Amino acid sequence: MKKDIILAGVGGQGILSIAACIGLAAVDNGLFLKQAEVHGMSQRGGAVQSNLRLSDKEIASDLIPYGQADLIISVEPLESLRYLPWLRRDGWLITSSNAFVNIPNYPDKEALKAEIKKIKNHIFIDAEAIAKELGSVRSANMVMLGAAAPFLEMPFDEIEKAIAKLFGNKGEAVVELNQKAMKAGYEFSNRAVAGE
Amino acid sequence: MQKMLLLGVEAIGQAAIDAGISAVFAYPGTPSTEITEYVQASREARDNKVVASWTANEKTAMEATLGVSYVGKRAMACMKHVGLNVAADAFVNAGVTGANGGLLVVSADDPSMHSSQNEQDSRFFGKFAMIPTLEPSNQQEAYDMVFYGLELSEKLHTPVLLRITTRLAHSRAGVVRKPSREHNEIRLPDDPKQFILLPAIARKRYKGLLANQAHFINESETSGYNRYIDGSDHSLGIIASGIAYNYLLENFADRELPYPVLKINQYPVSRTLLAKLEKECETILVLEEGAPVIEEMLKGYLSKNLNVKGRLDGTVPRDGELNPNVVARAMGLEDTYGQDVPGLVVGRPPSMCMGCGHIDTYNALNSAMEKYSKGRVFSDIGCYTLGALAPFNAINSCVDMGASITMAKGAADVGFSPSIAVIGDSTFTHSGMTGLLDVVNCNSNVTIIINDNSTTGMTGGQKSAATGKIEDICRGIGIPEERIRVITPLKKNHDENVQVLLEELQRDEPSVIISRRECIQTLNKRMRQRAAAKAKEAEQQKASQQ
Repeated sequence: MKKDIILAGVGGQGILSIAACIGLAAVDNGLFLKQAEVHGMSQRGGAVQSNLRLSDKEIASDLIPYGQADLIISVEPLESLRYLPWLRRDGWLITSSNAFVNIPNYPDKEALKAEIKKIKNHIFIDAEAIAKELGSVRSANMVMLGAAAPFLEMPFDEIEKAIAKLFGNKGEAVVELNQKAMKAGYEFSNRAVAGE
Repeated sequence: MQKMLLLGVEAIGQAAIDAGISAVFAYPGTPSTEITEYVQASREARDNKVVASWTANEKTAMEATLGVSYVGKRAMACMKHVGLNVAADAFVNAGVTGANGGLLVVSADDPSMHSSQNEQDSRFFGKFAMIPTLEPSNQQEAYDMVFYGLELSEKLHTPVLLRITTRLAHSRAGVVRKPSREHNEIRLPDDPKQFILLPAIARKRYKGLLANQAHFINESETSGYNRYIDGSDHSLGIIASGIAYNYLLENFADRELPYPVLKINQYPVSRTLLAKLEKECETILVLEEGAPVIEEMLKGYLSKNLNVKGRLDGTVPRDGELNPNVVARAMGLEDTYGQDVPGLVVGRPPSMCMGCGHIDTYNALNSAMEKYSKGRVFSDIGCYTLGALAPFNAINSCVDMGASITMAKGAADVGFSPSIAVIGDSTFTHSGMTGLLDVVNCNSNVTIIINDNSTTGMTGGQKSAATGKIEDICRGIGIPEERIRVITPLKKNHDENVQVLLEELQRDEPSVIISRRECIQTLNKRMRQRAAAKAKEAEQQKASQQ
C-alpha cells in the first residue's frame, strides 16, 4: 500500500490539521510516513502545500515526484490546480469550492470551477456551508478530510479515532463536532462517486 | 525505545535533550527555529534544567555555547545558514580553541531560498573552520548525529557542525529514541590556556587543529555515516550527499540501484572512498543538496581526465534544491510530469496579515514620501520586508540583518538626504544598535523607523530581545530625547503619523521614530490563550460548586 497526498491551501488555513489526522491514523496502522511542510515566509498568506507520503514500505524521498500523487486535497479551489503536475493520471483532486481571495488578480470563479470540472476524477465540495450547517465553519477542514476519506484506503473508524486523539484536549464537544464534519464530507464524496 | 513522529528540527531538539545537553542558544531563523522551540516546550528539558534561550543574535548564541563548552558541559547553538555568517567570528575561532564539553553548531540551509536572502552552503563554513561536519539524510540520522556529534566533539576536542536543509528540517518521519545521557559536571579544560587565542598560543592551537584533520578524516571513514554501496553496472558511480541520497533511491523501484553509490554524510570526506569510486567507475555523478562542494573537490582546476558530472557542468542545475525529478533528469530517466497547470492559475505570494501594523506604517511612510523622489528607503529582514511588494512598493533594500541603518548612513554621509531606514524591533537589537552608534558618532542625517511589533514575527512570534528597551537603548546610544518619537500605526492615526514622519524627515540630524503596535498574530494567540484559561477556570469553578 502506498498513498502520496498533496495538501494545498493558503498560509493560515490550517491544512496541517488534515495532515495530522491522516498521519496519526496511518502511524497507528503501522504505516511508514513522511510529511514535508512549509514553514516561514510563505505562511504569511501565500500558497502553501504539504507532501504527505504513506506506505507499508520505508519511504525514501520527503517530496513526491511528478505524476505520483494519488490525491490532491485542497482547502481552496485556485490552490488545488497549482499542483497538477504531481497528480497521477488516475489520481483524485478533492477541493473545497470556497475561494480565499487575498490577491487582486484572483481568477474568475466560474472559470476556475470549469477547470476543476475538467479533471477526470474530482470532488468539488462547499466545505464551509456543510461545516456551518453542523455548527461551526471552523470545522471545514474536517469536512475536507472526510471528503478525502473514501480514497485513503483506511478504515473510517481509524480516522474518527485520530480526530479524537488530535482534538482530545479541546473537549468532547469539539471532538464530536469535528467527527460529524468529517462524516458529512465522507458521505458527500461517496454520493458524488456513486453519481448521485 | 519509543518511536516518535518528528520534524527534522524536532528530532534534533529531542536528541539534544536525550544526549545530555545543558544549554541551547539560538536566534530564530527559518528553517532552524523549531529546534529551540521544541526544547523550550519540553517538560523533560525543564525537569533536567536544560537552558534553552533566545539570544540577541547568532554570534552571542555561538559565544554563549562556547562558554558552556569551556566549563565542560554540552551545548548547542542553532541558526539558519545566514546566521552562521553573523556567528562566523566566534565559530571559526572556536575551531582553533577547540571544545571542552561537547559543542554542536546546527546550521539550517535553505536551498531554493524559501525564506532566505541566499542559498549559501554551510559545508563551506565547516571546511573553512576545519572542523567535522555532519549532514544527515533523514530524521533518524539527524537525531543520531546529535549524539554522535557530541561524542566526536568530546573525543577529539573540537566543535562539530551539523548541517541540515529545509526539506529535512520541515519534514516529519518516525524517529526511534536512544537512552538518555546525564549532563556533564562542570570541569574546566585540562589546559588552562586552551581558550586564550593570544598569537603565541593560537599558533600552537592551530597546529593542533591541523594535526587533528587526520583524526577527523579517520572518523568519517570509520563512523559508518559514509558508505560505499556496490552495484553491478560500473559505467556510472554516484556520490549522493545528505538528502540527495533519498531522491536518488526514490527513482528506483524497491531501491535496487544498478550503480555503485557513495553515500556521504560526514566531512572531511576520506580520499580512500573517493579514490575507490573513481577507480571502479567510468563516470561519476555527484548529487549534492546545495553547492557543488564535493564536486569541486573532485574536479579541482587541473585534473582534466576525470569524468565527473554534477552541478558544475549543468547535468544538475547550478542553483535550487534537489527533488526526485531533478535527479531523474540528471540520470536521463523517464519524466513523470503530470498535467500542466491551467493558465488561469496565478501566483499567490506571501503578504502581510490583515490588521498588521506594518501596513499602516507603510501607508503613512508612502504619504510622507510623496514630496520626495523615489528610492530613499533602506529596509531590513522581517515581515516588513513584504513592504517591497505591491501595493506598497515602499522599500528599496533588504540585504542582511541590520543593513538598513548602516546603508542609510552611508548614503546620507555622501549627501543623500533624506535617507530613511526601516527596521524591526528584533532586527534592531540583533544588529541595528551598533549601526545606530555609527549614525550618532558621525551625526549622519538618517531617519530611522523602528517597526516595533514586540516580537520576532516572521519566524512565528518568538520573544524579542528589544521588548520594552528600545527608547532606553536609543537614548543610551545618544539620540536626544526629543528626536525619539513614538507613533501608533493605526488607520485612524494616519494623518498624525504622516505629520511626525514629515517633521523628522525635514531635520538635518539623526532621529528615531518608533512605530509600535503588537503583532496581530501574537495578539490573537494571546487572546485565544486568555479565553481558554478563562473557560477552564469557569469549568473548574462549576465543578467545585457541584
